[in-house]
Amino acid sequence: MPELRAGAELPELRVTPDRYLTVRYAGASGDFNPIHIDEEFARSVGLPGRILHGLWTMAQVARAQTEAGGGPHALRRLSVHFRGMGVLEEEVVVTSTVTAVRDGVAVVETEARQAGAAIVRRGEAELSLG
Amino acid sequence: MAVDTRAVGKRYPAALYAVGREKIKEYALVTGETDPLHLDHEAARRAGYRDVVAPPMFAAVYGGAAMAPVFLDPEVGIDFSLLVHTAQEFRWGPLVVAGDEIETIVSVASIEERAGNGFYVLESVSTNQDGDTVCVGTWTNVVRGA
Repeated sequence: MPELRAGAELPELRVTPDRYLTVRYAGASGDFNPIHIDEEFARSVGLPGRILHGLWTMAQVARAQTEAGGGPHALRRLSVHFRGMGVLEEEVVVTSTVTAVRDGVAVVETEARQAGAAIVRRGEAELSLG
Repeated sequence: MAVDTRAVGKRYPAALYAVGREKIKEYALVTGETDPLHLDHEAARRAGYRDVVAPPMFAAVYGGAAMAPVFLDPEVGIDFSLLVHTAQEFRWGPLVVAGDEIETIVSVASIEERAGNGFYVLESVSTNQDGDTVCVGTWTNVVRGA
């Protein structure tokens, strides 16, 4: 487990969503919005194709925190803004930097990028050190 | 078209979600979790939990299920096809484990019109069978050209 001190970078998380990921996530989460699972529908509303669920991408940001923080209990808060759109079959890279440690809690700035563009930005996490 | 703000402050009836072991595993696998706490009930028991532990973001599942009545409420009047999820916050309490029964109450925190778009901020408060608040969610959605 990395040392959580101000300025420390948490291990980068890299994951590539395969072409059926959004179908499985729809089933797992109950979010069957057709923009995520129906190529034709997604194009008909002006999207380039099916897009990732924002909450799946947020789950990758959360996983970067819990893996660095020593388990699911460590994550106390996570706040993100979704930007642009996540696409299938393109690697997602989550980066995280500790900005402060106070009262046993590390505050982490985090974002997720795809092909260099942020799809989750202004992420802020609180990790309990106890 | 003006954004209808009548529903600000409205609370919806509690939605009950029974957390299943296989549902947690399904969610953990699709989100790339490898921690045995989420995937192996015996490992979870050895670690002192009653059953497999839900990843924190499983709040999207029990919380998301409670959101549906808001999106379908004619008093809120959201055009679902123009809806974009723009921001999300979760604050967590005790971990959720398989076998828990989670009650979620959703309310409309604010509705505002900015630059021709409607901003809808919803709050969810999820409580387990012991009365502990396991998650508070703030869900921000924008309806383009509302």
